[in-house]
Amino acid sequence: MTMMYQPNPLPAPAKEPGNEPFWDAARTGKFLVKFCTSCKKPHWYPRALCPFCFGETEWKEGSGKGVIYSLSVMQRGNPNPYCIAYVTLEEGVTMMTQIVDCDLAALKIGQKVKLVFKPTEGDGPPVPTFTPV
Amino acid sequence: MTIRDKAYIVGAYEHPTRKAPDKSVAQIHAESAKGALADAGLSLSDIDGYYCAGDAPGLGMLNMADYMGLTNLRHVDSTETGGCSYLIHVSHAAQAIAAGKCKIALITLAGRPRSAGSSGMQPRSWGVDIPDVPFEAPFGPVTVNSYAMVAARHMYEYGTTAEQLAWIKVAASHHAQHNPHAMLRDVVTVEDVVNSPLVSTPLHRLDCCVVSDGGGALIVAHPDIAKSLKRPLVKVRGAGEATKGQLGGHVDLTYSGARRSGAAAFEEAGITPQDIKYASIYDSFTITVLMQLEDLGFCKKGEGGKFVSDGNLISGVGKLPFNTDGGGLCNNHPANRGGITKVIEAVRQLRGEAHPAVQVKNCDLALAHGTGGLLGARHGSATLILERA
Repeated sequence: MTMMYQPNPLPAPAKEPGNEPFWDAARTGKFLVKFCTSCKKPHWYPRALCPFCFGETEWKEGSGKGVIYSLSVMQRGNPNPYCIAYVTLEEGVTMMTQIVDCDLAALKIGQKVKLVFKPTEGDGPPVPTFTPV
Repeated sequence: MTIRDKAYIVGAYEHPTRKAPDKSVAQIHAESAKGALADAGLSLSDIDGYYCAGDAPGLGMLNMADYMGLTNLRHVDSTETGGCSYLIHVSHAAQAIAAGKCKIALITLAGRPRSAGSSGMQPRSWGVDIPDVPFEAPFGPVTVNSYAMVAARHMYEYGTTAEQLAWIKVAASHHAQHNPHAMLRDVVTVEDVVNSPLVSTPLHRLDCCVVSDGGGALIVAHPDIAKSLKRPLVKVRGAGEATKGQLGGHVDLTYSGARRSGAAAFEEAGITPQDIKYASIYDSFTITVLMQLEDLGFCKKGEGGKFVSDGNLISGVGKLPFNTDGGGLCNNHPANRGGITKVIEAVRQLRGEAHPAVQVKNCDLALAHGTGGLLGARHGSATLILERA
């Protein structure tokens, strides 16, 4: 049984002090990840201070490549089913996202995926989702 | 300083309602408090400590303390860790009593999500200034799919099956048939669970807890008070609390905070999981139980599926009787928070006041454990070890 992806409206992310560069970059098609300037480690979700050492952080462009760590297809209570997932990026951090533009019933943990930005409601910035490679 | 043997649970009351469209949340808090006081044989003016969490309307505990007429408070705490808050409250009350900050502490919970039509399938709005929300809310995280991702990873890592998870619901239903207040009293089979509609893969409708209106209350007291009352003595022997989130992006859904809260509680109590005769295990979903059984040390990591199969959680049948009131899966999950009912049923078991059909023989040591928040995102864990004195 197949379950082809059909979009639901995605709520726009709230712009908050400190996260604007991420959403501004998303509007230009760029996907940013925060790295620590002190311990050099990446982290997710983006923070002002590194959650490993409290060092200062900076934005770097991410590869947009990853692997599905876990997923669940929500089948009830919405216009269309959708697949929430954790994707582990090539950079080594794992982020919450959705898997899109595919047969949701065929998705597997461990599958390789790549980034695709999806628009949000009310002309909000696009958000990073993923689709199978 | 340890809280071991420094405080007793002298009152425990589960509100009998499961649907209360005509009562306010504050009223259910107060009725629950009244019930626990009556159970203990104490009165309103005796209370000098009060604890509640986010289900209580108002600012911290201020509005509820005023509504209920708690005018002698010397120690208060509104620690909020979702559904496990109330187990942490028991621990904090015991700490306060041990430190001489209060002698008789009241803990209340109440809510009416069933009347309000709220469940674990809807997004929760906790505020826009929460730092993770912009990076998660657009993707549709709700309660059920957060827990479902934990289940999916467990199946991937350890080969756990939907049928094994179903055994947890089957066990709960065997207990609920004896509870006249339980929302769901029909005994179900593994087939019933796996053939119920998928809500969020791999969790089915019958993998999910009930949505009920209701409430509960506990009274924790100084040993001198406990020994002056006429009720069987239940003492707090150990407690642990922990939180776990996404670890800065090193997400690991294969274990929960129970690993740390359980170890702390067992260490304080000076016992091991093998000593526990009865366990109240938080059961928002079947996977919640499986994770906690492993992380608390009742079985090895990855072997939870095997452990729960064939009825090991059923009282009188298996090795570890659990949730003999029917739990959140069948009986009650008031305010979408199951922590206080976990403690209440453990107290019933230790007093020998559980339903005779599910009462564990010689029940002298019990564990109650709660998981609050979202297991697959960020959650609190709280473990209590209680003893019949």
